[in-house]
Amino acid sequence: MNMNTTGYRGSADYIVSDELRNTVNIAIALQKPLLIKGEPGTGKTMLAQSIADGLGKELLVWNIKSTTKAQEGLYVYDTVQRLYDSQFGEQDVSNISQYIKLGKLGESFDSDEQVVLLIDEIDKADLEFPNDLLWELDQMSFYIPETKETITAKHRPIVIITSNAEKELPDAFLRRCIFHYIAFPDPAAMTAIVDVHYPDLKKKLLEQCMEAFYWLRTIPDLQKKPSTSELLDWLQALVVGGINPQRIADELPFMGVLLKKNQDLDVLLWHLNNRPQSRIAHRQAFKIG
Amino acid sequence: MSMNEWYSLLDALEIGLAGASLTGFYHLARAILVKTEAHYDRFDLAFAQYFEGIETPEDLPYSIWDWLDKNLPAMDITEEMRRAHQKMDLETLKKMLEERLAEQTEEHHGGNYWVGTGGTSPFGHSGYHPGGIRIGGESRNRSAVKVAGDRQFRDFRNDTVLDTRQFQLALRKLRQFSTRLEGARTELDVEGTVQATSKNAGRLEIVWDRPRENTIKVLLLMDSGGSMYPYMRLSNQLFAAANKSKHFKDLQVYYFHNTIYDLLYLDPRCRASQSVETNHVLKNLDGEYRVILVGDASMAPTELLAQGGIINWSMFNEEPGVEWLKKLKRHFEASVWLNPIPARYWGLTEGAETIHIIKEIFPMFELTVEGLDMAVKKLRARK
Repeated sequence: MNMNTTGYRGSADYIVSDELRNTVNIAIALQKPLLIKGEPGTGKTMLAQSIADGLGKELLVWNIKSTTKAQEGLYVYDTVQRLYDSQFGEQDVSNISQYIKLGKLGESFDSDEQVVLLIDEIDKADLEFPNDLLWELDQMSFYIPETKETITAKHRPIVIITSNAEKELPDAFLRRCIFHYIAFPDPAAMTAIVDVHYPDLKKKLLEQCMEAFYWLRTIPDLQKKPSTSELLDWLQALVVGGINPQRIADELPFMGVLLKKNQDLDVLLWHLNNRPQSRIAHRQAFKIG
Repeated sequence: MSMNEWYSLLDALEIGLAGASLTGFYHLARAILVKTEAHYDRFDLAFAQYFEGIETPEDLPYSIWDWLDKNLPAMDITEEMRRAHQKMDLETLKKMLEERLAEQTEEHHGGNYWVGTGGTSPFGHSGYHPGGIRIGGESRNRSAVKVAGDRQFRDFRNDTVLDTRQFQLALRKLRQFSTRLEGARTELDVEGTVQATSKNAGRLEIVWDRPRENTIKVLLLMDSGGSMYPYMRLSNQLFAAANKSKHFKDLQVYYFHNTIYDLLYLDPRCRASQSVETNHVLKNLDGEYRVILVGDASMAPTELLAQGGIINWSMFNEEPGVEWLKKLKRHFEASVWLNPIPARYWGLTEGAETIHIIKEIFPMFELTVEGLDMAVKKLRARK
């Protein structure tokens, strides 16, 4: 599907799958927020940057924390500053609008050109947070009672929302989004990713590591599956440690880099001991890095 | 799915976002209609089932692939040809293809009858036939039916992406605000500020106060005995919801087998090596903890009432289980029992006798969103 010649086509430093690229263009064409989910390390946040670069637009990032309120994305009225100014300042405090500071969402509405707005990790916030943004995202406008002003989007921003699935998002919110799940990269794609980070890696070492890594990810009881960044750290550790590639699959050295939880190491040990292969012979040699 | 999404899909088709291909339609429909990766697999199944048969036959002889492995320039198609071609339906086409394959013995390019490249025969590739069956050749995307048939999102179904949201919302109501004794002064005290400013003859003086925080502490005790297996998923949902509810000041979780004796277990496997004494827990947790017990309350009456009635043969309990339950009840200000068995069966199941005894000690509610709601109300009211 390449009929969308004016749409997003990826950018130089970010390799996007056809699926994802199509979904981005669908979201842009339908003027709906695009909700991106996926495991850590699948490049959710990078996508927004890539869209902004690819379309030559400015990127605004609204990082969500557990304490973030929806209101902060619209505007903040700095009452305390105004009070102080009224007492000590030389400014004219009757003009309230100088104490209204637009938040990221407000900024994106107010911008003279269309921007890309990234609402990063929306699931970090309170359960009701997404619901509080419904109206603004639908209507692309909000009202500031203090100045009796309505801020309306001059150009509807391209809204990208990421979520790590820490919390369920409300249905009413989901209904308004276009959804895409970025699947974990398959070995071929992962090899390409590793190649970008460590272009000089020995082929043998990489093969062994990938095999071990994807085997680890198939263990069902792991609480935290190793992701891209852990694989990269592990490769680094193996290179620095000068480990012989032959030993990797059998001994899994420096396992602490891949698995961060004690329970997960226990689970791994159990699986190693129950693996119906020649590796049983090596289990004595297995050590936790 | 709602009407909103359906209209969105129709709008999208209207402006040609599917790109006139089944794969395009597959991605478009999934992006708009499906809102969680947990449902991707079901979407794939439905899609594959509905569009089944629009797939290229797979068992074609290799020689045909070779014939087709040629490229040809594009050709002009007249309106008349288009109309004629659209008349054929898939079944006819498939049958025709089979017949044609039986007849054909050599390569063919161009023309309008044989399987080959270019041309307007309904079979082959790079040619034009609006209702034809494409055999090999280049496609920008994999066939959507094939993609859907791969079911690569199957794993996510088994994933623990449970809908805990409703439980979480119910648990949210379990809160109680602190007195303002500890913490940093970060909140503007409006009243204090007005007073201080007035005292100061109108010269502004800002007063800060400590924000009020939720002080609710929760003790969750879960039955992980054999009779609870059918309700594992439900219990897990509650556990996940409680675990994700960050507004509790503290959440303690222990496990027990059927009922509580001298030991509480740290994990659902209930091994003595991973346990703490119940008395230790009672000593360390003050009475302000809200207690939620989860269990089917169904067991042999002796397990609950007799000395040494514990189900585990290697153990012996000095005090009957029911005494331990009463102890818990006395120690904590508020406690409830959530039972995964629907309330209408409480009098009828095998465990009716013990359910009745336990119901006398703890207020018992169904383990449903509604039941949890009522339980939370009960927990908020102090004794």
